[in-house]
Amino acid sequence: MDNQYFVDSEYLSEAALEKKHRLENDPSSRKNHMEYLPGMEQINSDICEKVMSQVNSYDYTKYTERDVISALEHEVCTVEDLKALLSPAAEPFLEQMAQKAREETGKHFGNTVYLFTPLYIANYCENYCVYCGFNCYNHIRRMKLNMEQIEHEMKVISDSGIEEILILTGESRGKSGVEYIGEACKLARKYFRMVGLEIYPVNTDEYRYLHECGADYVTVFQETYDTDKYETLHLFGHKRVWPYRFDSQERALMGGMRGAGFSALLGLSDFRKDALASALHVYYLQRKYPHAEMSLSCPRLRPIINNDKINPLDVHETQLCQVICAYRIFMPFVGITVSSRESESFRNGIVKIAATKVSAGVSTGIGDHESKYSGKESDTAEGDEQFEINDGRSFAKMYSDIAAEGLQPVLNDYLYV
Amino acid sequence: MTNNDDKLILGGHEFQSRFILGSGKYSLSLIEAAVNDAGAEIITLAVRRANTKEHENILDYIPQGVTLLPNTSGARNADEAVRIAKLARELGCGNFVKIEIMRDTKYLLPDNSETIKATEILAKDGFVVLPYMYPDLNVARDLVNAGASAVMPLASPIGSNKGLATKEFIQILIDEIDLPIIVDAGIGRPSQACEAMEMGAAAIMANTALATAGDLPLMAAAFRSAIEAGRKAYLAKPGRVLSRGASASDPLTGFLHN
Repeated sequence: MDNQYFVDSEYLSEAALEKKHRLENDPSSRKNHMEYLPGMEQINSDICEKVMSQVNSYDYTKYTERDVISALEHEVCTVEDLKALLSPAAEPFLEQMAQKAREETGKHFGNTVYLFTPLYIANYCENYCVYCGFNCYNHIRRMKLNMEQIEHEMKVISDSGIEEILILTGESRGKSGVEYIGEACKLARKYFRMVGLEIYPVNTDEYRYLHECGADYVTVFQETYDTDKYETLHLFGHKRVWPYRFDSQERALMGGMRGAGFSALLGLSDFRKDALASALHVYYLQRKYPHAEMSLSCPRLRPIINNDKINPLDVHETQLCQVICAYRIFMPFVGITVSSRESESFRNGIVKIAATKVSAGVSTGIGDHESKYSGKESDTAEGDEQFEINDGRSFAKMYSDIAAEGLQPVLNDYLYV
Repeated sequence: MTNNDDKLILGGHEFQSRFILGSGKYSLSLIEAAVNDAGAEIITLAVRRANTKEHENILDYIPQGVTLLPNTSGARNADEAVRIAKLARELGCGNFVKIEIMRDTKYLLPDNSETIKATEILAKDGFVVLPYMYPDLNVARDLVNAGASAVMPLASPIGSNKGLATKEFIQILIDEIDLPIIVDAGIGRPSQACEAMEMGAAAIMANTALATAGDLPLMAAAFRSAIEAGRKAYLAKPGRVLSRGASASDPLTGFLHN
């Protein structure tokens, strides 16, 4: 079973519809997703080969209860142990995994939980990714904030108490160029202690420029590490080029960024293989760049505007919890972020086990923080959301809920040096 | 029995307590327990954690009369450590600084060579410099020459609770270095703290061992007792059971009759 992704908007022209259908139905009309486009930097790296050789040979059906028990008994979790912990054989051991994960989290992070919020500054997109609300064929209200509007949004967010911000855009170099994002970073440095980016992949020199503008953390979701599946989901645009995306974090670190975030979007393909790939992507890069701070996210597919049927298929909360515990046991030192895609009850539970960072006061729309934070109707234009969030708690509520669980909410643990 | 003359002296400042609270994990209750139950007079503060606005600033938690020891965690080289130390001084954290320079986010092991460079720059600038280091005698000597006020070797990786994994090398530092040797990182149990003190360590720094304890105040009190016991044992000059190397009960030179 798979999601029904294709939705035709009545607003599309005859020609646009024809092109869309051709992309959807005729694979030969699509560009080779493994081939770089002009202007895309190719770095010399062995990380992809290391990760994918493990992932391609991963047969999770061969792992048994015995393998899971020995993985849980080992003091240091090996790659083989990780494979066992991600296998179906580990599902009956979820409580034991959670206990071990909690112990490891405590050793490295104590009882702290970091809070941050995303800020979408533009939702124009030049890609056709069939599951995403921002995709270029989806009929939504498009918007790009100007610097004045960005500063206003930042003030509203900063006044709520948040100190770490993640700046996001749709993937459009044309509408939201690197300089535009750089200017937004410079503004963000005035209002926040920590500035992260989740934007389209760029070249090393561009990451260096964005770092100089004040950003120090780059998150890129690979969506799926299954290249054949990736090809059927990202039909058009720069994002279609899978290997350029894979090397984004490495280019960001080469460009001087302090840290990098990774993830597959669970539910797009075989989640066990995607989880293994995400973890190994971090693992091998950490060995190559031991000074870098690494973090993993674990988003699942969510409904989008004009397609409320999209769902994460077989990745239920139990499986998500298994993946997160396996990540923690394998890499006790990495940050694990759980976004507002997940429910309040899930997030309350998982921060006690393994998650170290949660978003709060979230909007995935454009220019709507004031109306969302104050409850006032906005008289200015707003852009539509990328996906529907699940946990809509405000910063203040999230803060008090975390403290009530006996955990320590942390707003900043970072210096730009 | 407490020996009031037995003081820990760092950069000309005297301290009665030989327990220093580390900075890895923090909460109001941890700091309270460290001060009230463990008797800490020095509390480490991660400058990057203090770099916050009104909410839950760790600086607000530090009681009067406690000496702040800002650390440079987050620094990846000497240059960054120097900048963080100066920022700490500007924030009003005093002139103590614990140098932490890590190029490794997995084990958080210190970079000894960069640490020597930062120590020299900051000591010249008037800081009381306490460098966190991997226990290497040559490096410790360089740190002395660079102007450090103490040397802080790690017992085992931060947060690991593995105890005195580097015991033999810490003993060498204690034997050869004239500055206080403060054992930092990896101390998971009061018994390990006690052992390090018996060896002649000048003080113990710990955090995770307390932060993750079931009963914080009780564990803090346990550390205090253990550190005091170890110190007393060291001052008492261990007899043949405790000392390194066994001594025969019959004199080996008994055959000499004249």
